Amino acid sequence: MSADRFPRGRSAIVAASTYGIGESPGLSSMDLAVSASLGALDQVGLKPGDVDGLFIGLPDDFLSGLTFAEYLGIQPRITENNRTGGSAFLTHAMWAALAIDAGQCDVALIAYGSNQRSGAGGLVSSMRPPAYEAPYKLVRPVGAYAFATSRYMHEYGLKREQLGEVALAARRWAQLNPDAFMRDPLTMEDYLKSRMVSDPISVRDCCLVTDGAAAVVMVSAERAKHLVKRPVYLLGAAAATDHRDITSMPDLTRTAAVHSGARAFAQAGVKPSDIDVAEVYDAFTINTILFLEDLGFCKKGEGGAFVEGGRIAPGGALPVNTNGGGLSCVHPGMYGLFTMVEATQQLMGAAGERQVKDAKLAVAHGNGGELSSQATLVLGTEETL
Amino acid sequence: MPTIRPEQDYFAHLAQGRFMLQRSRASGKFFFYPRVAEPVTGGRDLEWVDASGRGIVHATTVVRPKPPQQPYNVALVDLEEGPRMMSRVEGVAPEAVHIGMRVRARIGTQDDKPVVLFDPEQKGQA
Repeated sequence: MSADRFPRGRSAIVAASTYGIGESPGLSSMDLAVSASLGALDQVGLKPGDVDGLFIGLPDDFLSGLTFAEYLGIQPRITENNRTGGSAFLTHAMWAALAIDAGQCDVALIAYGSNQRSGAGGLVSSMRPPAYEAPYKLVRPVGAYAFATSRYMHEYGLKREQLGEVALAARRWAQLNPDAFMRDPLTMEDYLKSRMVSDPISVRDCCLVTDGAAAVVMVSAERAKHLVKRPVYLLGAAAATDHRDITSMPDLTRTAAVHSGARAFAQAGVKPSDIDVAEVYDAFTINTILFLEDLGFCKKGEGGAFVEGGRIAPGGALPVNTNGGGLSCVHPGMYGLFTMVEATQQLMGAAGERQVKDAKLAVAHGNGGELSSQATLVLGTEETL
Repeated sequence: MPTIRPEQDYFAHLAQGRFMLQRSRASGKFFFYPRVAEPVTGGRDLEWVDASGRGIVHATTVVRPKPPQQPYNVALVDLEEGPRMMSRVEGVAPEAVHIGMRVRARIGTQDDKPVVLFDPEQKGQA
């Protein structure tokens, strides 16, 4: 295998925006994605016409790269519209960094939006179960994550209270975030009483179904310094996949984040213990535990104990999902880009009441499909270059 | 060698009352779901073989739809031949299906189509 080279610190995020989190009736997914994009471009005084690298993937538009370009009347040099699920946007950052470094584009825009709460009235998915599985009527994706949770409980003795710690931590962060969709208090008793959907997963183990959009602007490190005070540099980025449907997952308790994480950390030259804040795609409570383990924050099987005692909640040793995550802030079908927006806001020192003090290094981690596609970014401030 | 039409062949076998798996002649390895080639090697020297029907529950869930629909089981079953498949374990309450449970395949019908289902292995069944 060839050497795993990455242009460490040679590109940076200079703007990050969300739009329409919660309910945005009357707006299409594309309207939302465009609105978030304009919000991000405004932050650095750029116009749609400045974008020459477009990275996007909407759930309800197979050709969304073309639609977005048409909507804003732009003709990007790169139009990227891959389909690795919710991790797609973190892979976009990886490709954008390589493209910027190679001179293939100067201003990369990564955008996402979905109106699936108010527009579609429920989860929008273009995924169809294979003929071999459709008859069993697994409710997807929740049932797939229920399998992983059942197996993890069997192998490592995970308790429901430990999954509950993940849900409670997310809610406590959401209470510090005025944009978060669910901010009312959540107690362990509430969690344990919540209705089972697909055993052992209950409603409070599941992410929200909301509207929402996000956008991020990336440029070269050189240009970034002229645009913003605190650029957020991309230090490492890697993606990995080992299956599509949960049935083919090699080990239900270990995700390909083991590979994406190890590579991204090696490229960045930092260790998990150096990280100040971690944003990991929490579609379900088990995700947070699996990713903390697979990214190396703790050993396999120790994730349940790791999250106990509020360790990942506000005031805990490792701030995780500081916007409230997919569980309590926003989840418009695919959440990946929101991990990048929150990591950026934390490193720019712009996270308001939920700001992690002196945050210099962050991980943003995206998941796609049924624990199928994993993408990890290590991001840092100027001090980390 | 006759052309393999994975999905068509698999369901045609089920319609004939046979639960069959593919394996590569060279490697002897079974895989599921049916394909035109063996994963990783790309080997196309495939043959259909009757499954033993023996399996062990690898993961399980109880899907709880809104009443009046009843809860039902969905499980991942590790087949004796190696591959894992999704199915439903019947003959016990959905909550009673557990990881490690030994199960036996049977061909049932759902939505007018043949489908592989599993029952808990009876004592003395080998």
